[in-house]
Amino acid sequence: MAQKKFVVGCFDDEKVLFPAVKQVRTAGYKIKDVYTPFPVHGLDHALGMRETSLHTAGFIYGITGTTTAISCISWIFTKDWPLNIGGKPHFALPAWIPIIFELTVLFAAVGMVMTFMWLCQMAPGVKKHHFHKRATDDLFVMVIECTEKTNAEDLKALLAANGAVETDIQIAEDGWWFGTYDNENENLYKQVTN
Amino acid sequence: MHLKYESQLREPLVYGNKTYAQVTEDIVRPIEAKPSRLWYIGFFIAVALLSFGAYSVYREVTYGIGQWNLNKTIGWGWDITNFVWWVGIGHAGTLISAVLLLFRQGWRTGVNRAAEAMTIFAVMCAGQFPIFHMGRVWMAFFVMPYPNSRGPLWVNFNSPLLWDVFAISTYFTVSLLFWYSGLLPDFATVRDRAFTKLRKKLYGIASFGWNGSTKHWQRHESLSLVLAGLSTPLVLSVHTIVSFDFATSVIPGWHTTIFPPYFVAGAIFSGFAMVQTLLLIVRKVFGLTDYITIGHIDLMNKVIVLTGSIVGIAYLTELFMGWYSQNKYEGYTFWYSRAYLFSPYGWSYWGMMACNVISPQIFWSKKMRRNVFVTFFMSIIVNIGMWFERFVIIVTSLYRDYLPSSWSVYYSPSIWEIGFYAGTFGLFFTCFFLFAKYFPVIAVAEIKYVLKRSGESYKPEFDAIEAQPLESFVHDHAHAH
Repeated sequence: MAQKKFVVGCFDDEKVLFPAVKQVRTAGYKIKDVYTPFPVHGLDHALGMRETSLHTAGFIYGITGTTTAISCISWIFTKDWPLNIGGKPHFALPAWIPIIFELTVLFAAVGMVMTFMWLCQMAPGVKKHHFHKRATDDLFVMVIECTEKTNAEDLKALLAANGAVETDIQIAEDGWWFGTYDNENENLYKQVTN
Repeated sequence: MHLKYESQLREPLVYGNKTYAQVTEDIVRPIEAKPSRLWYIGFFIAVALLSFGAYSVYREVTYGIGQWNLNKTIGWGWDITNFVWWVGIGHAGTLISAVLLLFRQGWRTGVNRAAEAMTIFAVMCAGQFPIFHMGRVWMAFFVMPYPNSRGPLWVNFNSPLLWDVFAISTYFTVSLLFWYSGLLPDFATVRDRAFTKLRKKLYGIASFGWNGSTKHWQRHESLSLVLAGLSTPLVLSVHTIVSFDFATSVIPGWHTTIFPPYFVAGAIFSGFAMVQTLLLIVRKVFGLTDYITIGHIDLMNKVIVLTGSIVGIAYLTELFMGWYSQNKYEGYTFWYSRAYLFSPYGWSYWGMMACNVISPQIFWSKKMRRNVFVTFFMSIIVNIGMWFERFVIIVTSLYRDYLPSSWSVYYSPSIWEIGFYAGTFGLFFTCFFLFAKYFPVIAVAEIKYVLKRSGESYKPEFDAIEAQPLESFVHDHAHAH
């Protein structure tokens, strides 16, 4: 767990965000991440991220499910306990297709969700530093990690010049830890009265 | 980059002058406000029904299946009727969330969250029936294939009843994962707005530490798309397998090859009707008419008239085959036990025909499709009709078998059978009321994603594009990446 220094720029429109991302990257800064309230298509490419291979993992899990089903059922019905069901063949592949299919889907879905959780470091009770609370509401929050060469004030000015509505310098934990969100003091919204 | 332009001919998906913050506010506010008196009344009724159901199940478990009026030939009665009915209801949720996602139907965003929730609760209700029908419910785990001390004596992998176990449990698991992974970003939104410590803590745990990182969104989109791709064949397989419970038997009236598509169409039909029933209430009670619009209701009614007509074709095909096959048993089942109005169960067949085939035809009229009261009334009618369909299939095929001496007396359910069914309504609505109170009933992030393309106040921006000649449009937009 290490504290790091970050420069934060908040944008309120994706039309402003895209040119800003380009400007900040051309200026030579490495953008750590942009936190957005919804999936902004094309932002991953604009940030130079590679495509995710999650679907490949899903395919492998699916194949695992298929082979698990075929090998288990065929071993059970031909080797372990060959049960005579109306004189039909012990190796009755067509009758197993429904279960083979279901297990393929089950393994693929469960495996993919687990992998997703692992890759994104998400689990019940996990906490991360949030650079701006409205990142899950209506702000696009760009975060740049400072190195010893970074002039944070220059960077803040650059972000503001490119349309950031709020800029900020924060010192925060980079990773995740176990914790709850109940000891955060600031309340952005007033309690509803009805 | 995607083309951020939608034709003016399309109805807006979001009405009113909304910003991103306003979308959050509109959808999350009902969660933060105190529940209304109406909510308490509804919840109390649901819990009361659930308690009666629990007592009915207690009687059945204690005294055995004899508490139900099943008899010599009618071994499946209300219980399996209810099972098939509830599973069918569930299908619309997956259809909306998965199939419409693959077909890139933008209108699913307003209704998918509630529809998926409905799927999960309906499958929970469905599962109760086969489990308690086992009689010795404490041995329900015998259906799982595991090395045991009885041989090991394995389950029969060639049996449609075991396929059902796998299909329903897989369906439940995958639907739950799909639903919950979609909920994560919205729980994070609720968490970051929360004003009490308890809320922050609970929604913090429920949101798994979601922070909206671009990389996470990229993976999340990939996950949703693949889960949709998996759910689509899955949802078709589930009702296909449920229909195999009947179709692989040699009972006249069940032994038909059109069962799988006919059951799937019927499932979508009844599911959409249930979605209509629930959403018409939710949009009114929580003031979400800007998000669940008349346009959504219109589109869902189109699905209802389509699938209702498919089901109608299937009924007529069955009747035709009952005559054309010249099989006496088939003919007796279809033309006497079912289609003859004055046979003992003829009323249920004609009830089904009236509710499922004849009455939904009013939705050919646009005026009717866009009428909230007609839609609500019809959604109830369709669900009654679809319940009758399963009752007709099960009971009219069973009550007179090949041997007249074993023909059963008239079957009608006992109070505990009815209580069990009422109890699943209690379970369903208890869950749904809790969902509506504590969960975002509309996918907040997905609405924000379509807002600037399909929002009423953003659409005028496209006027200029719409007026452009084709060449300059292609020049400006088609190569914009």
